[in-house]
Amino acid sequence: MIPAWIVEYVALLGRGLQTSISLLLISSVLGFVLAVLVALARLSKNRLVAKASLFYTSVLRGTPLLIQIYIFYYGLGSLFAQFPLIRGSFLWPYLRDGYWYIVFALVLSVGAYVGEVIRGGLLAVPKGEMEAASAFGMTPRQSLLRVRLPRALRLLLPTLAGESVMLLKSTALASTIAVIDLLGAANVVRAQTLQVYQPLLLVAGVYVCLTFLIEALFAFAERRGTPVRRSV
Amino acid sequence: MPAMFELIDFSEQGWGSALLKGLWMTLQISAGAFAVGLFIGLVVACLKLGAPKPIAALMRGYTTLFRAVPELLLILLLYYVGSMLLNAWLAQLGHDAMNVSGPLAAILVLGLVQGAYASEIFRAAIQAIPHGQIEAARAFGLSGFGLFRRVTLPIMAPYAMAGMANLWINLIKDSALISVVGTNELLYTAKQGAGSTRHYLLFYLTAAALYYAVTLVSNCLSARFERRIRRWMPLAE
Repeated sequence: MIPAWIVEYVALLGRGLQTSISLLLISSVLGFVLAVLVALARLSKNRLVAKASLFYTSVLRGTPLLIQIYIFYYGLGSLFAQFPLIRGSFLWPYLRDGYWYIVFALVLSVGAYVGEVIRGGLLAVPKGEMEAASAFGMTPRQSLLRVRLPRALRLLLPTLAGESVMLLKSTALASTIAVIDLLGAANVVRAQTLQVYQPLLLVAGVYVCLTFLIEALFAFAERRGTPVRRSV
Repeated sequence: MPAMFELIDFSEQGWGSALLKGLWMTLQISAGAFAVGLFIGLVVACLKLGAPKPIAALMRGYTTLFRAVPELLLILLLYYVGSMLLNAWLAQLGHDAMNVSGPLAAILVLGLVQGAYASEIFRAAIQAIPHGQIEAARAFGLSGFGLFRRVTLPIMAPYAMAGMANLWINLIKDSALISVVGTNELLYTAKQGAGSTRHYLLFYLTAAALYYAVTLVSNCLSARFERRIRRWMPLAE
């Protein structure tokens, strides 16, 4: 019933799936931290910081991710290779592997796209709540971390679900620089079994499942995270 | 250093004109795919809203699938399946196999992806039309395509405008993915230049700057166009 090539390559495809998921998790966590910083910079009173953040967002969102990946992997990668000091260092095994370039590119891109989203969320938090926080004697930092950011995130959960799906789809670009992610594994199977499209169809199905999973998780978080106004 | 920049100037050995040609191809592919996406999006949106249930469900399935699968994978899949089917068909007719790598394939593939996103934008925009307007048009005796062309389309256009402008920017960026199947657009040309001169950073940064210029100009134009298309809308929004 199950085609022989699936049985034969199931381990490879499984490793590819692992790689895709680890790319997704690492770059969403790191990217989220960067995104909060980018959003705060955008809202900063310091004009220079705000402008710099705007420029960063605009450039990252205005150029294709694939070309950013090429710039980091081929551009910076070939630049690094010219320096014996870097080549000899303990970092070199990491700097040679496409995986970390993809993570770097994805983190920067999440920072730009999600940063813009979070900025909108921070602006949408009612001013009264911030004032209430400072009336309770919270420092600006406390009120940001305990009131403003959690409130903004709750408002943004549906948008963040969409952004996470976008990120999952972006991880597929890893296959363009020889990282064996899910799509990369499918391409290996295609090359070795000479099947034209069946492996692609299979991993497309896996991506659809992952997308549904992400959406279900966010829907769950939304139900759990939105406090019901309890009567005391 | 100056010698490096000679690689991308417009002299005999420079890659400048090749890159601009690539850019022109990128713009052509994007414009074509946008038109295809617009058409598919409109048809699918109307089918989702008005067709019998099984067809509407099929259209929703198309949208869900095409928005859940990575664009790169879709491009590879549609491209290989498409060329395989085409060649099988040609073989049946007794012709030789054909190599599909032209811009036309790129336009169709990107247009299909684009149509999935556009259909959601149009569906929301059509649903945003106050129902009284449609009823008024019916009262005037309009129906079918006439109603769609003269009332639905112009009223929903401002609602769809912002979303479509975003899609256009996304499309330009997605068109770079076409380079993996070997259509000689901007990124593909940059890749060739980078590979043959070994100046990766220079070529990719130049290509990125060109893409960035296109998105900046697009943003500018779409803001202008949006002001124009919204000029009769109530200011309350």
